[in-house]
Amino acid sequence: MLLGPSLAVSAILFTLGVVGVLLRRNAIVIFMCIELMLNAVNLTFIALSQQLGLDGQVFVFFVMTVAAAEAAVGLAIVIAVYRHKDTVNLQRINLLRG
Amino acid sequence: MTPLAGGIADWVGLAIALPFAGFLVNGLLAFVAPRRRALVGAVGVGSVVAAFLVGVAVFLALLAAHPAEPYVVTLWSWIPAGRLQVDAALQVDQLSVVMLLAVTGVSSLIHVFSLGYMGDDPGYARYFAYLNLFVAFMLVLVLGASFPVLFIGWEGVGLCSYLLIGFWFEEREKADAGLKAFLVNRIGDAGFLIAMFLIFKHLGSLDFQAVFAGAPTALAPGGATVTAIALFLFMGCVGKSAQIPLYVWLPDAMAGPTPVSALIHAATMVTAGVYLVARANVLFAMAPVASAVVAGVGALTALFAATIGLKQWDIKKVLAYSTVSQLGYMFVGVGVGAYAAGIFHLVTHAFFKALLFLGAGSVIHMMHRAYHHTGRHADAQDMRNMGGLAAYMPWTARAMWVATLAIAGIPPLSGFFSKDEILGAAFARGAAQPFYYVVWAFGLAAAFLTAIYMTRLMLYTFHGPNRTGEAERAHLGEAPGVMTWPVVTLAALALVGGALNLPHVGTLEHWLDPVTEASAAFLPALAPAPGVEIALMAAAALIGIGGIWLAFRALHPETLLPPERAPRETGFARLLLEKYRVDEAYRAVIVRPLVWVARNLLWRGLDAGVIDTAGVNGSAAVARGLGWLGSRLQSGQVTSYLVIFVLGAIAVLAALLHPSLSAVYHLWAR
Repeated sequence: MLLGPSLAVSAILFTLGVVGVLLRRNAIVIFMCIELMLNAVNLTFIALSQQLGLDGQVFVFFVMTVAAAEAAVGLAIVIAVYRHKDTVNLQRINLLRG
Repeated sequence: MTPLAGGIADWVGLAIALPFAGFLVNGLLAFVAPRRRALVGAVGVGSVVAAFLVGVAVFLALLAAHPAEPYVVTLWSWIPAGRLQVDAALQVDQLSVVMLLAVTGVSSLIHVFSLGYMGDDPGYARYFAYLNLFVAFMLVLVLGASFPVLFIGWEGVGLCSYLLIGFWFEEREKADAGLKAFLVNRIGDAGFLIAMFLIFKHLGSLDFQAVFAGAPTALAPGGATVTAIALFLFMGCVGKSAQIPLYVWLPDAMAGPTPVSALIHAATMVTAGVYLVARANVLFAMAPVASAVVAGVGALTALFAATIGLKQWDIKKVLAYSTVSQLGYMFVGVGVGAYAAGIFHLVTHAFFKALLFLGAGSVIHMMHRAYHHTGRHADAQDMRNMGGLAAYMPWTARAMWVATLAIAGIPPLSGFFSKDEILGAAFARGAAQPFYYVVWAFGLAAAFLTAIYMTRLMLYTFHGPNRTGEAERAHLGEAPGVMTWPVVTLAALALVGGALNLPHVGTLEHWLDPVTEASAAFLPALAPAPGVEIALMAAAALIGIGGIWLAFRALHPETLLPPERAPRETGFARLLLEKYRVDEAYRAVIVRPLVWVARNLLWRGLDAGVIDTAGVNGSAAVARGLGWLGSRLQSGQVTSYLVIFVLGAIAVLAALLHPSLSAVYHLWAR
């Protein structure tokens, strides 16, 4: 039921996430784009679980858990970086330049 | 089972081990207690005298047994490598025992002399350590039972020679002389090595017994192979025994302490080449061309060096050129097939030349002492500063006159018999090959010059007015007993040494028969007809007496001026004084181009240019360039990393989904 549209929406969301990660400079926005990609994948799992069994839905819970943990750690890093450099613009955070 | 087994001959290695132990002890003392002179001297002299006693015991055992075959004492297996099997083995036979006695006997006397001569030197312990090491290596050389073992001794004595020539290495000139000796010897040693390779290639062994027994059947007499082997061996001898064209190192070697000149650069080491030719007599006898080269080079060197000896002022330089000349005689002897005569002259020469050097050492020691007392700086070795010393050092003067008469070939002293035998053998061979008449004539001319330059040395040093100076004269006197006694002992040996091998008795000759009999089939030692022999002897004696007479007539020690007031030599005399400028010629033709090639082509061109620039720095530059490229990827921009990451992910996905690649994936995933 609605498998094709669901996968299409998922693909659009994922592509938006990728484009956002690649093009935006603000660390918070990039972070949100990553969440977008994760949720696009979640949508794919849900859509496919209708035909392939509940494994996909179980997996979504795992993804959400990991995403929550990642959000906690990632935001903490962003805050630490902001305190240190007064910016969250990734173009100005380049200490590892070779 | 030879009669020697189980006897003292099994312990012949002790003769090497004792001086080597002396070297270790004295080498240690040189570091920890260089002032314990009595201990150093006791170890130094004691170990060599003990080696001499071992030599005497081995000689007596050999005398009783007189085996036809050499007795080989195998100590351990040294190089077991497939076909190449070399044992650390020593060989006791008639020839090696003669050398053993001569080396340890003369060494003992010279060690005793050194106690006095080096008494005030701060390097006393180091000196005796080197001298003991030399004796050990020299005995390895003469006792070794194969070419490689002999070569170890050969190189070892070369090392000691280098160390002792440059003993006073603080003086640049002396250190350079040591280096020169070492480098010139390398040229000859290269020949020796090539000869060993050839021997192994064609005979499959390097043991003396196997090689000398196999050579007459395995090699064609007079063929190219045996000639090449003999000539390359002789190349080694030319370097070690200072023959033309490699003799230039020996006169410079006089920079070492005088007892060293006596022991290493007159009596023992430089005769190693003669020993080698006599040892390898089969190979040389099978190659008549090589033997002719040996005799020819020997005769030429004998005459050439004798002419230089005529005009030298440094007392040691005269003796050095005399040594080169006498070594030439020995090569004439072994070159004409008279191996016993060559060895005989080697032994008698060891007596009288060691004596001459030690006597000169006493004179120099005393001159030094006199100059030291008065604080004057003059050349203690220049004969123009001496004169009339017989009045102050009667024993030294008498002993040196004995040696002078011996070397000049005055009967019945030892040198007369040994020299006469060589000349007689050369003359006898001339009947078949006239070339040897030339060799004989050169030898006779050299004998004449020998008598002249030795008489000149004696006249200028010991007779005529004294030229040392008023203040110094009071300090002249005979050397201490520890120095005169070895000199007088050697004088006795030089006096009666001829009895070893009287004509027609030929004790030494028959003694060496087992060693030389294999070569007699190819190149028998010839003796002139009895009537001719008497005439030759008379001629040789007259030549010697004539030389002495001429020197007495022509030289006037009364008119001699000290070096600073002496007029410059002109013409041929100057050419002789400057030693035919051979050193200068070598420097221009060989040393300079070699240094140029080494510095500009090899160092600056190859080493600094190719290896350092292209190799070392080049590879570093490549690595640095690659690293620079890699570091450009590290922009520090997270976004650019992400772009690469995404592109990589897309590439992986594309690979997985692409039909042609999915087959690969399935294969990989299995």
